[in-house]
Amino acid sequence: MRYGMAIDTLKCVGCADCVVACQTENKVPIGYCRDWITETVDGTYPLVEVELRSERCNHCENSPCVRCCPTGASHIIEGGIVLVTPEACIGCSACIESCPYDARYTHPSGHVDKCTFCHHRVEKGLNTACTSVCPTHCIYFGDLDNPRSDVSLALKNRKYKALAPEAGTGPQIFYLI
Amino acid sequence: MEKSRRNFIKVSALGVGGAMALGSSWNLVNASVFDSSKGEEVLSSEGKKLKRYPTYCEVCFWKCAGWVYLDEEGGIEKIIGNEKDTHCEGRLCPRGTGGVGMFSDPDRLKTPLIRVKKEDGDIFQEASWEEALDLIASKFSGIKEKYGAPSVALLKHGSPGKHFEHLFKAFGSDTIGEPAYAQCRGPREEGWAATFGGWVGSPEPTDIRDTKCLVLIGSHIGENMHNSQVQEMAQAIDKGSCIITVDPRMSTAATKSKYWLPIKPSTDIALLLAWMHVIIYDELYDAKHIEQNTHGFEELKKHVQTFTPEWAYGHTTIKPDVIRKTAHEMANAAPAVIVHPGRHVAWYGDDTQRGRAIAILNGLLGSWGKRGGFYLKESISVPKYPHPKYPHPKWDWKDLAKDYPMAKMGLTQEVIRASIPSEAGEHQVKAWLVAGTNLPKTIPNKAILKKAMEAVEFIAVVDTMPMDIVQHADVVLPECTYLERYDGIRSAANRTPSIALRMPARKPMYDSKPAWWIAKQLGERMGLGDYFNYNDYSEVIDWQLQQMGSSLEEMQHKGVKNFPRKSGSPYYQDGETIKLKTNTGKIELYSTELAALGFDPMPVFTKHPEPDPGFYRLIYGRAPMHTFSRTSNNANLSDLMDTNSLWMNPKTANVWGFSAGQEVYLKNQDGIISEFPIKIRVTERMRWDSVYMVHGFGHSNRKLTRAFGHGISDTDMITNVSIDPIMGGTGMRGNFVTFLTEKPEEAES
Repeated sequence: MRYGMAIDTLKCVGCADCVVACQTENKVPIGYCRDWITETVDGTYPLVEVELRSERCNHCENSPCVRCCPTGASHIIEGGIVLVTPEACIGCSACIESCPYDARYTHPSGHVDKCTFCHHRVEKGLNTACTSVCPTHCIYFGDLDNPRSDVSLALKNRKYKALAPEAGTGPQIFYLI
Repeated sequence: MEKSRRNFIKVSALGVGGAMALGSSWNLVNASVFDSSKGEEVLSSEGKKLKRYPTYCEVCFWKCAGWVYLDEEGGIEKIIGNEKDTHCEGRLCPRGTGGVGMFSDPDRLKTPLIRVKKEDGDIFQEASWEEALDLIASKFSGIKEKYGAPSVALLKHGSPGKHFEHLFKAFGSDTIGEPAYAQCRGPREEGWAATFGGWVGSPEPTDIRDTKCLVLIGSHIGENMHNSQVQEMAQAIDKGSCIITVDPRMSTAATKSKYWLPIKPSTDIALLLAWMHVIIYDELYDAKHIEQNTHGFEELKKHVQTFTPEWAYGHTTIKPDVIRKTAHEMANAAPAVIVHPGRHVAWYGDDTQRGRAIAILNGLLGSWGKRGGFYLKESISVPKYPHPKYPHPKWDWKDLAKDYPMAKMGLTQEVIRASIPSEAGEHQVKAWLVAGTNLPKTIPNKAILKKAMEAVEFIAVVDTMPMDIVQHADVVLPECTYLERYDGIRSAANRTPSIALRMPARKPMYDSKPAWWIAKQLGERMGLGDYFNYNDYSEVIDWQLQQMGSSLEEMQHKGVKNFPRKSGSPYYQDGETIKLKTNTGKIELYSTELAALGFDPMPVFTKHPEPDPGFYRLIYGRAPMHTFSRTSNNANLSDLMDTNSLWMNPKTANVWGFSAGQEVYLKNQDGIISEFPIKIRVTERMRWDSVYMVHGFGHSNRKLTRAFGHGISDTDMITNVSIDPIMGGTGMRGNFVTFLTEKPEEAES
């Protein structure tokens, strides 16, 4: 089992509902976020290409944040979800430095925090909060090893990319283009 | 400080203390488990019991039904969409999801406030409900006695407005206005009515999910998070529908479009006429449909004969071949095509005619009542709770709007104008009740608004938050949020009729009260108790639901109830004659109504003023996480976007030597300078002759601790207003701005 996510950039309107849903679901303090929206603009007016993306921790297969964590607070659980144990985290920020996606932040209470793929929901068979709320249904989540999961079906007939593949981290979030 | 009868209160003793800090007590590891498909009572991961209550959202006006999850301590954990609701299909937009922040905002109005005069300026003093209500009732009764009931005006928006409308009609005043008409969608409604015999209404009956071609002209789906439309646009994208977006700015919808037409602002009617020209002269229309269902085709054909794509190119800067190609795309998709009527359409003063041009185009394409075009909506009327007959007011909003023959609702700006004493004014407004609408951020031409606010004898404001308008009030009444109150039943006009219930998830925080209670209390104090024959509004709702074959108990459990259609299919069959309530019973390509009133029966294109050198057209719009100016202080939503920025083309920035993130003040063509500075966003998504900002920022009330001074108010910069002669809409896109890099000595406020 290998959890992953696909996000359809052709449908994402960048409304940030995923961000609010994550904040209310996971009690992310105001002023911080575990997911966010980016916009890239290419070209010159009026020949312009714009891509809107909902981004978060890529739950990398080869995760530098886990490798560099001195206490083992950053770890990988079943399904490839990368988690941080708040009690074990000393807030040294090595993981923040090592992450090519800038996906982690220091929580006001001192430990490092980031997207958990809503594992508390996922283990009960629910979708992540961001997936379940997205008004354009542009976020697909599930088991990449299961060819009939939402995420596998979404990736099946579309072109897609991952972010910063050159970092060699094996990201598990894919963008349909 | 300026000396006037009613000083603008900048710093005051607005409600103190009492914050329960519910929002900040959240524990990181306390993640709760629920989904829109799951049951009524759920446990959080810590074993906290959460109970859900039905509501419909009030963060915007789309009115999505949802579930409010409450913990045992009375904290609102989360709000999610109701899976049975056709407005949201189980998914709220960011504003609805962030409704939690509206409830938990420590800046909320907490207790009634009464203006007290002091030597160094007025202050607000906390008051009891008794004192505040008695004062309002005596002022309104006094004005009624002296000048007549119509001299007390209601300016309102949203759900609380309904309760006060009842109060005012019982009181004998129909001097009522809401900015949703003349400042927003009124022009399209009248343009549509002149063509199809009725309003488009809200939500628009656009069959986007099945459309083959969606045309958005100045309509920002995705930035205006009109929930079901955004969801359906995503479905249309999945199906590979052709989207055509006309916008000087590369809007979010434009980024999803097959064709983006970066039109020169103020020239939309030229493009619409050229599209009609191509459809008619390339014979792309369905002749049988035109013959059977339309009136005035030959007149229209003659009218648009010279409006070729080449002619339009000179005005719009859209290349002729693109105009032809897009017209052919529409015609190929017809009748499964939607030229969207738009929403905020008060732009240049000829907006009813632009709305008409859009309606005519749909009429030519045969999209009315067709799958993938416009479906025939159906709703259920909610029975009126019995009350004595309203008295007939001596005069009303219609008398104030008499210069605008097709005005069908109160024109807010005319009510405001009638508040300024003048010799000619037969009808004087002497007092206001303002409910749920922040006038300084809504009404253009602030000088008139300011004059009116100083002139009226009394202003009472009902709101949940210390909005800018509150600073002008004599009495402030704190309304509880939608999560803490009952309101009228939401009856929705959609493909299928439905109703939704809003009930309190918990008792109101602080000393805030629901609008129905405030209206009843005022009514009783003004001798109108017979009109409020109930102790609790739930009795009214229960009675209404019983008449509709439901009950309060059922709806408290379900939240939403869908009913089967009674009017048959939402679509006309092929060849079936379309039935309309126009004078001719047909789609009026030539409007007999407008002709009879002396207006152009078919839209004409007129050139609008252009900016002087060094000035740029000010365009404004929406962001998906904010509604008007009411959400800028919401902790969850301001966290997503806490200010607006000024979109500027890199060429423009280069000419001025500006860099991204630099702050500038704006000055408009009338010398009005923005109160606060705004950061520049240099982007290729913007035309070089215009600048753009999101509406709803630049709050001047310091009591809004998150929103105060963040960004600037576009409304402040709108002093040139082109009034639509047909229905009185206030065209607000005719303003030009230039940039000041230094803080001006005395910014206009």
